[in-house]
Amino acid sequence: MAELLGIPAPVLFGQLLLGLINGAFYAILSLGLAVIFGLLNIINFTHGAQYMMGAFTAWMLLNHLGLGYWWALLLAPLLVGFTGILIERLLLKRLAGLDHLYGLLLTFGLALVIQGLFRNEFGSTGLPYAIPPELRGGQNLGFMFLPNYRAWVVGVSLAVCLATWLVIEKTRLGSYLRAATENPTLVQAMGIDVPRMVTLTYGFGVALAAFAGVLAAPIYQVSPLMGADLIIVVFAVVVIGGMGSILGSIVTGFGLGVIEGLTKVFWPEASSTVIFVIMAIVLLLRPAGLFGRSG
Amino acid sequence: MAEPLLVVEDLHAWYGEAHVLHGMHFSVRTGEVVTLLGRNGAGKTTTLKAILGIVPRRSGSVRFEGQELVGLPPHRIARLGIAWCPEERGIFASLDVQENLLLPPVVAEGGLSSAAIFELFPNLRERLSSQGTKLSGGEQQMLAIARILRTGARLLLLDEPTEGLAPVIVQQIGRTIRRLKEQGFTILLVEQNFRFAAKLADRHYIVEHGRVVDEIAATELGPGQERLVAYLAV
Ligand SMILES: Nc1ncnc2c1ncn2[C@@H]1O[C@H](COP(=O)(O)OP(=O)(O)OP(=O)(O)O)[C@@H](O)[C@H]1O
Ligand SMILES: [Mg+2]
Repeated sequence: MAELLGIPAPVLFGQLLLGLINGAFYAILSLGLAVIFGLLNIINFTHGAQYMMGAFTAWMLLNHLGLGYWWALLLAPLLVGFTGILIERLLLKRLAGLDHLYGLLLTFGLALVIQGLFRNEFGSTGLPYAIPPELRGGQNLGFMFLPNYRAWVVGVSLAVCLATWLVIEKTRLGSYLRAATENPTLVQAMGIDVPRMVTLTYGFGVALAAFAGVLAAPIYQVSPLMGADLIIVVFAVVVIGGMGSILGSIVTGFGLGVIEGLTKVFWPEASSTVIFVIMAIVLLLRPAGLFGRSG
Repeated sequence: MAEPLLVVEDLHAWYGEAHVLHGMHFSVRTGEVVTLLGRNGAGKTTTLKAILGIVPRRSGSVRFEGQELVGLPPHRIARLGIAWCPEERGIFASLDVQENLLLPPVVAEGGLSSAAIFELFPNLRERLSSQGTKLSGGEQQMLAIARILRTGARLLLLDEPTEGLAPVIVQQIGRTIRRLKEQGFTILLVEQNFRFAAKLADRHYIVEHGRVVDEIAATELGPGQERLVAYLAV
């Protein structure tokens, strides 16, 4: 059997793939957080709960309405994104201009409430969600076995992240968003409905979280706390990448997933802490994050 | 006689507890260049912001083409055809020059074409792909003016466009304002540089402590100018 650095190739590539999968979720979730933070100046601690809502929406669509994975991929982000719009209109809007702490407390409290409601309704054991038939099976690449569903998750995540980045950096809509992130008052005085843009941006960030939740449903079990565990790592990713940086969140998300996967191969005991160690080092050397603008 | 294009009556504005405008009264007719002159902190910038609806609180009346603006959100006011060039210029660092130029949405027909804008400000054409804030102060000021000329807005609110700029650039901005007037734009100009303003404006309003205390027409230049100097003397 082929070996690299004394490690069997299938083990190495298997962990690399797992790292890429985790990285895909880190990237989509931290991207949503970055977009929201940029325009709303709110660190959305509800993000993990909204990811979980995406997975549960997929589960409910299947078990109550008989709508499968592909419908869920479309509908769950829309439905959960709509709840995000309500949250922004009814609650977050009132925090405009207040200290970050208020946004943090409100969104963190909301996450607890939402997770509590789901645990009440569904219990805390995970519910299974099957891989759609089109994506079952896998490819034998010679050096490793690549499950189709996992390849799909990495590919579609990358595509969604790149599309979001392109829209923000290269389109007119994106230039409104960047400008409003810098100076919302001036942008509104040019005739752009900034309050509506803020609401839709929050809805979009939340929809991204729900999209990740649907992708995750067949891999991890659907459970009320699935987001709570993940989101802690995602916040570390955001801090490392630089709060609010779009490209930073994508690159850092995938990169840290891979680093975490490789750590599992070479030093398994460190794999659950490596991201936090990196976070501490980055905070010491570059407090604004790898891609953040300082000041 | 028809009502002037912009009529401001008993306009008050507050920043939190601070009561900054205490009943501004003035008007601007179509095609006029009118200045607000006054010392630092008199409330000139706040007056422009109150017209645009971007002060925390305001009361009184601002009518544009007969329509009441107090109560409308800022983006609706801008869509009626009022454009603003802020004192700090407001060039966006995360946008390049081209994006800065194209940012304000077109609100009406009749805005300047790109060709006309580059004829007024030839420097901008070569800098289109530079980051907005990499431009010199003078170029940033030209960009800030240029981008509101494309939108079709007919009333321009210019806040100290010559502040901190070299004399050649001040002259260029003076020529630009004159040409805009010829093309039928209506301009409300805030200035500290009254020698600059005196050559351009049809009328001047003197602002002190959030009120208009005097009005001087360009035609009464002799005695008026002495009054102006007296008001602005520090
Ligand atoms: N954001 C703000 N919050 C609180 N007070 C403010 C704010 N902006 C301006 N002020 C106060 O309102 C008053 C009027 O300010 P304003 O900027 O309108 O003056 P100005 O005539 O434009 O002065 P300048 O010539 O220096 O630009 C000043 O006393 C100023 O300190
Ligand atoms: Mg001012």
